[in-house]
Amino acid sequence: MRIRKYKEAISEATVEAMEADPRIFITGHAVAYPSGIFGSTVQAAERFPDRVFDCPSMENGFAGIALGAAAMGKRPVFVFPRADFMFLAFDNLLNLACKWRYMYDGNAGEVPIVFRAVVGKGWGQGATHSQSLHAPLAHFPGLTVVLPSTPADAKGLMLSALKANHPVIIFEHRSLFDVEGEVPEHMEPIPFGKANILREGTDITIVATSLMALEATIAADELAKQGISVEVLDPRTIRPLDEAAILASVAKTGRLIVADISWEMCGFCSEVAALVAEKGFHYLKAPVRRIALANCPAPVSQPLENAFYPKASTLAAAALQLLNLYARDHSGIDRLDYFKGPY
Amino acid sequence: MPNDPTLPEITPEQLIHLHRELVRIRQTEVTLAERYKLQQMRTPTHFGVGQEATPVGVCAALRDDDAAYSHHRSHNHFLAKGGSVYRLAAELFGRATGCSGGRGGSVHLTDRAHGFIASSAILGECVAAATGSALSFAMDRGDRVAVAFFGDAVAEEGAFYECLGYAALKRLPVLFVCENNGYATESPLGIRQPAGVSISARVNAFGIANHRVDGNDVREVFATVREVVAAMRRTPGPAFLECDTYRWLEHVGPFFDHEANRAYRTQAEVEAWMLKCPVRRSAARLMDLGLATGAQLADWEAEIQAGIEADIARAFQDPWPDPRTLLDRVY
Repeated sequence: MRIRKYKEAISEATVEAMEADPRIFITGHAVAYPSGIFGSTVQAAERFPDRVFDCPSMENGFAGIALGAAAMGKRPVFVFPRADFMFLAFDNLLNLACKWRYMYDGNAGEVPIVFRAVVGKGWGQGATHSQSLHAPLAHFPGLTVVLPSTPADAKGLMLSALKANHPVIIFEHRSLFDVEGEVPEHMEPIPFGKANILREGTDITIVATSLMALEATIAADELAKQGISVEVLDPRTIRPLDEAAILASVAKTGRLIVADISWEMCGFCSEVAALVAEKGFHYLKAPVRRIALANCPAPVSQPLENAFYPKASTLAAAALQLLNLYARDHSGIDRLDYFKGPY
Repeated sequence: MPNDPTLPEITPEQLIHLHRELVRIRQTEVTLAERYKLQQMRTPTHFGVGQEATPVGVCAALRDDDAAYSHHRSHNHFLAKGGSVYRLAAELFGRATGCSGGRGGSVHLTDRAHGFIASSAILGECVAAATGSALSFAMDRGDRVAVAFFGDAVAEEGAFYECLGYAALKRLPVLFVCENNGYATESPLGIRQPAGVSISARVNAFGIANHRVDGNDVREVFATVREVVAAMRRTPGPAFLECDTYRWLEHVGPFFDHEANRAYRTQAEVEAWMLKCPVRRSAARLMDLGLATGAQLADWEAEIQAGIEADIARAFQDPWPDPRTLLDRVY
């Protein structure tokens, strides 16, 4: 077994792709320093000093600059050390980049841009350093929205993103950067729109994104000890969405929890609930449950922050409830937060 | 007037070419505007009548492999960079043969073969895209240049200043062409931007070479840009051109403002600017220099008009896009 951290997997994929394709360049705040986006761009910066360079504070301007470079044949990777700054890039991203191929009927060429956005959590990141924008972005035709939850997925999906011919947005959860997992040295790119079954089960399905997929596996492992068989499905990309895999899982289990790293309202949880209501209604033995952030901005103070984020114990409790079983205290299963800041 | 001794004199052939381009674009827009009134073009259209000299003068100094981007009032730039009246008209009619397959409409044009990469409707996007293309050219260490055409209101957008800063920082070969026509829709410049601080003066603060020219004098625009672009190909770095000009028709649509009873500007102001008509000034210059007679000018106009009408008629006969292609080319 070849074990690597999530951030190392991102780095490996980046370096491998840059070796194969001289059109790729990386920019964003502080990508070219020894800190290198929490370690994920350090190797690339050392290997390709001309193709990894710093970017001023100009998120919208640079989204358009990336587009203009991509239209001339480059493959820009634009990194947002916090996804929240991507709001500033919405004009060029949503009004132009994601419509580029369609709006000019393919005659203006293609704009293969990879946007990497790091989602913060915990240690008082607060309301403006902790948001994931995947749901609003997945709303827009023309984008691919990726949320890797394992180191291997981080590598395989990055390899796909760097070969794609359209804009791809990758949301990388800060809490996953030091998580370890098996990462083969030579990997095929992981295709978009293919879900990954992290745990097979028959009693209940948890569809979970990003960090919540990890939390769901912890809950599943705990519930397995109690004789409850949980299937954990990570969609890996939410646009395109592997509808067939979700429906097949719900057909098997009849019960569905959707867990996401953002809010419920008009979000990914609601999208999956709607999918199953439309196309899998007769599979359901119980109402769909959504597990998401509390319906408020992210607070800083620790007790408030603890109450804000759902975790493995939240999922375990929801599963027992859906199965009409008595609640138990699962707080012991939650991961200790090793994150010591500052961001 | 700039004067680079390494550049040859502007030839009679060039002056005639510039004039014929002005006529082609003017008559295309006027003919399309008349046709537009028949409700056969279902696309909000910002006609460029009166503003032809800047696109013609700039594009005559460019190569096909230079990249140009434009904004909502983009027909002039599309045509001046080499785009065809036929593909433009087909796009306005919503036909499958339009330059954007009927999917883009008047504000989303493209003609990559001639280096007109794209126009888009949101202010400032063309500035960023041109800057990015210039970044690509600079990374390749070639001598291509990128050009952004935009109006005075773009100087109110944040992306404009972001891109000025980046182009100056990286010494990118990008030419920013501001067509200052004094109005954003119906809003005059004076209530949008501070008095006494011109757009050029703000650009100057970035250390970017800038030139303010008569945007209705095609020769002045061409002479200036020819020199600026030649310098840019030798030594990459951004440049800025502010071109004073004026839109004759309403902001969007085929009518004069007074025909629509709009009062945000006076008919007298419009008529004063019509006296500075770029096409008539170019025609007068050709006659003064003995390069054309009145009869020749009229012959050219008739010949160009016949071509325009044939292109528009052909475009109108073209097929609609197949609704079964609705979901094609999203990715």
